Amino acid sequence: MEANTRSTGRLPAAFLTPGSSSFMDFLGAHSPDLLPGNRALPPVQGAIEAPHGTTIVATTFPGGVVLAGDRRATMGNMIAQRDIEKVFPADEYSAVGIAGTAGLAVEMVKLFQLELEHFEKVEGVQLSLEGKANRLSTMIRSNLGLAMQGLAVVPLFAGFDVDRERGRIFSYDVTGGRSEETGYAATGSGSIFARGAMKKLYRDDLSEEEATTLVVQALYDAADDDSATGGPDVARRIYPIVTVITDEGFRRLTDEESSGIARAILERRLAQPDGPRAALL
Amino acid sequence: MSTPFYVSPQQAMADRAEYARKGIARGRSLVVLQYADGIVFVGENPSRALHKFSEIYDRIGFAAAGKYNEYENLRIGGVRYADLRGYTYDRDDVTARGLANVYAQTLGTIFSSAGEKPYEVELVVAEVGDAPEGDQIYRLPHDGSIVDEHGSVAVGGNAEQISGYLDQRHRDGMSLAEALKLAVQALSSQANGNDREIPADRLEVAVLDRTRPQQRKFKRIVGRQLARLLEAEEAATAPTDAPSDEADDSSGPESGE
Repeated sequence: MEANTRSTGRLPAAFLTPGSSSFMDFLGAHSPDLLPGNRALPPVQGAIEAPHGTTIVATTFPGGVVLAGDRRATMGNMIAQRDIEKVFPADEYSAVGIAGTAGLAVEMVKLFQLELEHFEKVEGVQLSLEGKANRLSTMIRSNLGLAMQGLAVVPLFAGFDVDRERGRIFSYDVTGGRSEETGYAATGSGSIFARGAMKKLYRDDLSEEEATTLVVQALYDAADDDSATGGPDVARRIYPIVTVITDEGFRRLTDEESSGIARAILERRLAQPDGPRAALL
Repeated sequence: MSTPFYVSPQQAMADRAEYARKGIARGRSLVVLQYADGIVFVGENPSRALHKFSEIYDRIGFAAAGKYNEYENLRIGGVRYADLRGYTYDRDDVTARGLANVYAQTLGTIFSSAGEKPYEVELVVAEVGDAPEGDQIYRLPHDGSIVDEHGSVAVGGNAEQISGYLDQRHRDGMSLAEALKLAVQALSSQANGNDREIPADRLEVAVLDRTRPQQRKFKRIVGRQLARLLEAEEAATAPTDAPSDEADDSSGPESGE
């Protein structure tokens, strides 16, 4: 391939050829070896051991959406990393949280961010939220071969739909199947427990503060019952990553804010280990 | 049986340069100026959708005068170059200098290859640094040379006269409103002294603002914010004071102060 990015020669013809606004399409045509899905892998017996990210939760509230994740990565029964970041801004109005094989997921997020940015720069407008969600679907599908070998990536995508003026959440399965969730959603190994917690706590009139508390409560419950999900680590000052997306754009809560929420919850749990009670009827 | 006319290389190049220069002169000129918090791009552009300025990468902006389809082609090539480079290495490894070199090579090759028509474009590639000393502005004429500019630069048909105007009046550390005012004055000044008026809705303005909290520093200035800056400009004409309107970058969705 004549065009290496290091050289300062003339732009190769492929760069000046009118074509798609997609960076992935460009990469596929110009240097397909750089696309994650195009790697040829030798057949592998059994599962490959690699760090896995675990629980991501999201909830909508009037005016926006909250996406949060715990900080633990595990490899088998080992904790591979205590402070991994699994929630990323995708662009100004959306964010993606990842569960599954950490290395591949982080790469997928990087490419997804670039895909959205590239489109925006070439076209001069942003993709619709629906368009972004579909693009992510395509990327997961291209990872299907690896997913079959146990290296699955299952993201949760949340964003503020500027056309409909509300927050929306999309969840995915390993085959790239996409479904829009109403109210709240979770993915990853602790998601069963997190979803249970959110089911009891969710209301459709939450304030932004209540919504951020809700997701941290759900992550606490996930960590309580799932060994692969990390709870707030007070000793090391590692707290969940909580992000809020509203019509003002993406914002990640500062360490003080998220530690404030986590510590308040922790305090309450000392008296009531199972957390807030929902009414029986 | 006819023998081709002999055209000396000097003459051939001069003809191509004149062809390109005439093409560029048909378009409207634009200016790029340094101000205290970054670099501002100002041009007259009646179109809302076909831009003269755009973002290439985090800190790098692009401006072009001349033939739209040709500079648009180069712009997209630049975006692809920058994105691919950033993806392969790191976002910090994408620089205006590297991009300007690639553009210069591209334009130079096209200009001197007999088979291709020279591009009728003149480009500016600018990168905003952490401090004004780190700002870089490169001007790329149609023939593929690179000029490293400081303070202010104008490109397009009327560029020489506008540059002269700017050179006399531009100074370091201007506020955005002051720089914008100077740019509009420069664009509307005519050689014969009959200055034109450029209405706000025909202005295209964009900045590379080093104070933006985001990684991506490029921002278009439109609508209310532009009107406010142009008003601030009028107010600033009487008492020329630098700290005129620094709160003007808060209308975007991103800066949540």
